This record gives sequence, structure tokens and C-alpha cells, in this order.
Amino acid sequence: MSARIRILIAVVGFVSLVAISLVAIGSAAEPTRRAAHAGTPGAVTLDPGPRLIARSTARDTRDHLVAVAANDPGGPRTVADTSCVRVSAAGGTGICLRLGEGLRTFEAVVLGPDGTEQRALPLVGVPNRARVSPSGRLVTWTVFVTGDSYNGGRFATRVGILDTGSGDLISTLEDWAVSVDNRPYRAEDLNFWGVTFAPDDRYFYATMSTAGHRYLVHGDLSTRSIRTVRENVECPSLSPDGTRLAFKAAVAGDPNRGWRLSVLDLAGGRVTPLAETRSVDDQAAWIDDRTVAYGVRRGGGHADVWQVPADGSGAPSKLIPDADSPATLAGPVDPSSDRPAT
Amino acid sequence: MATGPISSPSRSASEKVNAPVYLSTIDRPAKDAARSRRPRRPPAGISANVLALGAVSLLTDVSSEMVTAVLPLYFVLALDMSPAAYGVMDGLYTGATALLRLVGGYVADRTRRRKRVAGVGYAISALAKPALLLAGGSTPALGAVIVADRAGKGLRSAPRDALITLSTPEPMLGRAFGVHRAMDSAGAFAGPLVALGLLGAVGAASPAAFDALFITSFCVACMGLLTLMLFTRDRRERTSPTEPVTARAALGLLGSVRVRRLVYAAALLGLATIGDGFVYLVLMDRQGFSAGWFPLCAVGTNLVYLTLAAPFGALADRWGRKRMLLCGYAALCVGYLLLFGPLSATWTTVLVLGCLGMFYAAADGVLMALAGPVLPASLRTTGLALVQTAQALAYLVSSVAFGLAWVSHGPATATRFAAGAVLAAIAVTAVLLPEPAAEEAHA
Repeated sequence: MSARIRILIAVVGFVSLVAISLVAIGSAAEPTRRAAHAGTPGAVTLDPGPRLIARSTARDTRDHLVAVAANDPGGPRTVADTSCVRVSAAGGTGICLRLGEGLRTFEAVVLGPDGTEQRALPLVGVPNRARVSPSGRLVTWTVFVTGDSYNGGRFATRVGILDTGSGDLISTLEDWAVSVDNRPYRAEDLNFWGVTFAPDDRYFYATMSTAGHRYLVHGDLSTRSIRTVRENVECPSLSPDGTRLAFKAAVAGDPNRGWRLSVLDLAGGRVTPLAETRSVDDQAAWIDDRTVAYGVRRGGGHADVWQVPADGSGAPSKLIPDADSPATLAGPVDPSSDRPAT
Repeated sequence: MATGPISSPSRSASEKVNAPVYLSTIDRPAKDAARSRRPRRPPAGISANVLALGAVSLLTDVSSEMVTAVLPLYFVLALDMSPAAYGVMDGLYTGATALLRLVGGYVADRTRRRKRVAGVGYAISALAKPALLLAGGSTPALGAVIVADRAGKGLRSAPRDALITLSTPEPMLGRAFGVHRAMDSAGAFAGPLVALGLLGAVGAASPAAFDALFITSFCVACMGLLTLMLFTRDRRERTSPTEPVTARAALGLLGSVRVRRLVYAAALLGLATIGDGFVYLVLMDRQGFSAGWFPLCAVGTNLVYLTLAAPFGALADRWGRKRMLLCGYAALCVGYLLLFGPLSATWTTVLVLGCLGMFYAAADGVLMALAGPVLPASLRTTGLALVQTAQALAYLVSSVAFGLAWVSHGPATATRFAAGAVLAAIAVTAVLLPEPAAEEAHA
């Protein structure tokens, strides 16, 4: 092959490869741009009421915060102009984790009762879980702090908790007093994720990993202490009545084999696997005292919110199509309601 | 010193110096003129083959680093993967390549098709990009793709480095490796920026954006592969009946004192480096940096590395490669000591990153340049693979050991241990490796 032919082949090859790349980038940019301009400011409010919120995965409203009526979750949705990768809300407060300017950094945005942005905090890492305490005072998030090829492939997760009342920020739990099986414990490899708050705004549950173990932990914000409760309970979610935790259990204790959505009875310690048999990698959300909701991916970046009874009975059913990251705005359980006492 | 069949054939490299120039566009006539004016000096330009290999590495590193930079983002955002699953993925990274590297090196020598073996490595890594798309959210499939990508990397580096040594006269090896490593790290430097630019152009980190990113990465990798196929030339020397490439001959490499010393030196190099991640962690810990700066630390180190790699390589040729390597160690030692030194936060960061970059510029390519002439041409790929494997495995050991020291004694003491280990490495390397005089005797 002469030098001229080689150069010709190279030029033709490079030009076509560049063209393929540009077409791929262009065809991805078009729907993204359209989705970015969807939604109406103030369309979604977070004050208590019979509504559910979620994050849209639909093509034209991707990433936008949406709200649906609790009695018609598959029906018409209102679309906010706020875009998030993860949302949650309770007690009139919302948390929206989203990509900041430049797409490199993330931020946690606190939303007020009218759905407007109250405060934005820069996040370090990729956000993964978000929760609001039932009163609406505390918000929490989990991020992956992981670099790239340079950090030797280690990963870490970090939990942040913000008191929206006082403005106090807890940027990590790693320096708290940790006890494992009631013995003080120190290690460099502590990782926390998936916080869920008790209604008193003092206690919380979360997942902690260390030395190859994944524990359910109970934390106390007033003493800054954490103790382990049991193993193989991840991404806990406390029921509105505070008696049970919905969580994902690694099948046979091995995260490689997928997850089984389960409920732990805190008083008796009994674990009930729920009727959902698909592997659900999500922090479930209670939509009332008997039902949990969660996102299930279905490829192409789309997901649906499903629901399943929290007592192991029944079968899963689709709750909100083309969405994930569900939460109810239905406020704490009112003891005077006509629901049968448990 | 051993002067058996192991060391004598190394001259074959320089005999091929004046082979024709393959990439006429890169080698400017001006250089040829300069060359003819000083006919007794070695050619001033770097061989076209080395520049072409550098271009291949540059493109391949752009392709792979643009994916590596967003992979965590992709796992978490587009696939909604949980921390535990991500940890499982990470475990696959390490140890996937050591054996393959050796086998690949041996096959390349045995068939004398170094370019082809390197090409297979580049092709595997290129194909891993569309495979990422197809793997979707399946953890085992993603794991397999990542292992394949690493395997490709392991497979290609020894044959590529062997081609560099075989395309370069011995007195210029340091410079050739310096230029190659500078191009290589320029690619690694640009990759994350390309990825950010691409996500910015698409406007969001949506699943569609990641698809476009993987396709683009694949296209860039194909450009690298195309460059390899069109513009690099294999060095297929005639087989010498006295040195058949057999498994026994490959094992015989270890019988040579000079090769063994080289392997020890490479292992020492691996043992003395604690992993940049740890260094950046200390910097962040000490200064209350947020972890978002983590990738920027690597960018800083890379910038110093790519700036200094070529001049340091050239300097090594003139001044002695062993001396250059020892200076690199000294920079590393200073860097480790500065971590808990008396300087202000900003100065500590700037100087530590500078020291790390200087260390890489003075050590990485220079070690290969030291190794090349010691290894017989017929077994050079195997030999280089051996040296690289020793370094990689030792590095794994030192990372674990440093992690343990960090936990038990705290970061300050642990980094001082590390600085002590570097000093020990300097002393042992000074004794182990041949004197510069012995090197220059070849020239």
C-alpha cells in the first residue's frame, strides 16, 4: 500500500467516524432539548394533600417533577419546570437532586410548599437516594463519591442531612460514634446510604457497610451516634406509623443475585418478603400504612412506579406509568381517620 | 554481569534505525536536513513508527478515559445501580490483566506479530464500548465488558512498548518513550474533557446522552485502530535458529541476572508507589477539599506528567536513565514528605501534584527504556510484559499495605512509611541497576 492510499483511507475513515459521532450526539441532543423546556413554574405544589409526586421518565418530560392525584395515579399529571435525577417530599418540603451547571457537579435543592427552590447545596458525587422527614424539617441524600480510574477503583457513599429549620448541615456520618453489636467500632471503610427518618426528627435508620458487611443502623441526631440493628437490610424506609421498615434484601445475602423487596417488623424482628418477585434496587416509599411504592426500570431509560401490599399478600400493580422516585404528599396518618386501627 | 545470549542481541534494535520513514507527513524535511548536516549524530527526530504508536495511544486513551470519567455517573444515573452492586463491579478491575499480559507478550514474540497482538488488544477495548450499550443494566454483563476492556489494555501495552524499542536506536530510547508517554497522557488528559463537552452539547446526562457518548468513544477507538493498521509497521526480524522463541526460552529470561535485576527494580517501583488515590485523599483530608476536587488532582498530575515526559526522556538519554529514575524517586519521596509538611494548603497541593507528575515523567517511560536494551529482541515483548506485570502486582501489594498502615497508624505516619520505602527503593535500585557507564558503553 502506498503512503498516498494509506492517507486516503485514513481521511475517509476519520471523516466517516466523526460523522457517525456527530449524528449520535445530534440525535441525543434533540429530544433532550425538547424535554428541558417542558413544565410550568409552580404547577406542582408540595403542601399536604391526596397527591403523589414522582420524577418523569417520559420522553418529552424526562427528569421533570410531576404530580398525580392519589385516586387516579395513571391519569393526567401536572409537570413542574424543575428537573431532578431523584426527588422526594413530605410535610410540605421537597428535595430534588439534580445536575448543576456544567453537568459535572450535582446539587441538592430544597423545595418549599409552593414547589419553589428555597436553597441549593453543592453535592460531592453522584446522588442516589433522597428522603424528607415526615414533618418536612429534615432532608437527606446519599451520593456516590467515586472518582475514576485514578482512585484504584474504590467506591464510597456519603450521606448528607440538612435541617431546613436551623440550616445545620451534616455532611458525613463517618465521624459519628459507631457501635457494631453494641461494641464501639472504628474503621476507615465505613459507608452509609439510604437514610429514612422517624417522625420525631431525632432518630433515623440507614444502611452502613464495613468490612464486607451491610448493616441496618439506627442513628440518633442529638447524640451523633449510630448502632447496628441487623444485617442484610439495605435502603430502609420507615412506615408512616413507625412500626415497620420496607427494605431491599440481597437474595441469599448476595447482592449479585438481586434484591427482594421485604418488610421488617421492628418490634418482633420478623421479615416478610413482599409479593414483588422482580429485583428492585430502590429505596421504597410508603404511600399509606399498607402499601409501598418503588421504581422498576424497563430499559431505554424508562421506568414505572409500582405498588405492592406491605404484608406480603396480593400482587404488584403499576401505580404511575413512566416515572420513578415516588413519594406521597398525604401527610402523617391522622389517628382520627376512619382507617381501622392496627 | 551476565553476557549470554540474553543481552547480546539487544543491538539489533539500533541496526534498524535507518529504516525508511513510514509516515512521510509527520517527518518534516527540515528534520532530514538537520540529520544530514550532522551525519554522525543519531537522528534528531523520533521514528515515525513511534509517533504513529503515540497517536494510537492518544486516540485510545481519549476513547477509554472519556468512558471511565462518566462510568460512575452512568451506573448510578442511567442504570440506577446501588452502592453494593457498584462495589462488585470495582472488584473486577484489579487482577484481570496480569496473566493475560504475559501470555500476550509470549504469543507476540513467538509469532513475531507484535503489531497484530497489540491490534487485538486495541480492538477488544474498542468493541467494549458498544458492548457497554448492549449490556444495559445487567451487572454480570457489565462486569464482563469491563474485564474485556482491561484485558485489551493488558494485552496491548507490552507489544506496543516492544515495537517502540525495536523502532528506536538504543541511545534515543528514553526520548522515544518520553514522546510516546506524553502523547498517551495527553489522551488521558483530554478524554474527560471530551466527555464533559459531549454531555454539555447534548444538554443533560440522560440515557440518550450516554448512548451517544459510548458511540463516540467507539468511533475514537476505531480511529486509533485505523491509525495502528495504516501507519505503524511491525518489526519482523528473521528468526534466529540459535534463539527459538519457546516457553523455555521465555522462562530462561528469568535466568539472566540482568533481567532479574530489572524485574526487581520494576517491583520496587511498584512497591514504592502507594497509589495516587491515597495521595489525593490525604490532600483533601488535610485541606478540607470537597471530594469533587478529586478528579482535578489527577488532571494536575497528568498535566505535569505530559509536559515533562518528553524532556525528561531526552534528558535521561543524555544524562543516564538510571540517574533519571533515581531523581524521579527523589521527587516522589519529597512529595510524600510534603503531604504532612509545613507548607500552606495551596503550596502543598501544587508541589505534591508537581512531584507526582515529575515522578511519572522520570520513571514510567524511562524504566521501559532501561529494560529494552537488556532484553533480547526475540523475547522483548515477553520481557517487557514481565517487567510491567512485576510492577503492577507489586503496586497492588503496596496499595493494600498502605491501606492497612493508614488504618492502624493514621495517614501521617503511613505516608512517612511510604517516604521511607521510597528511600529504600532508591538505595536498592542504585545498587541493583547497572551503572550509567555500562549503559553508555553501548552508544
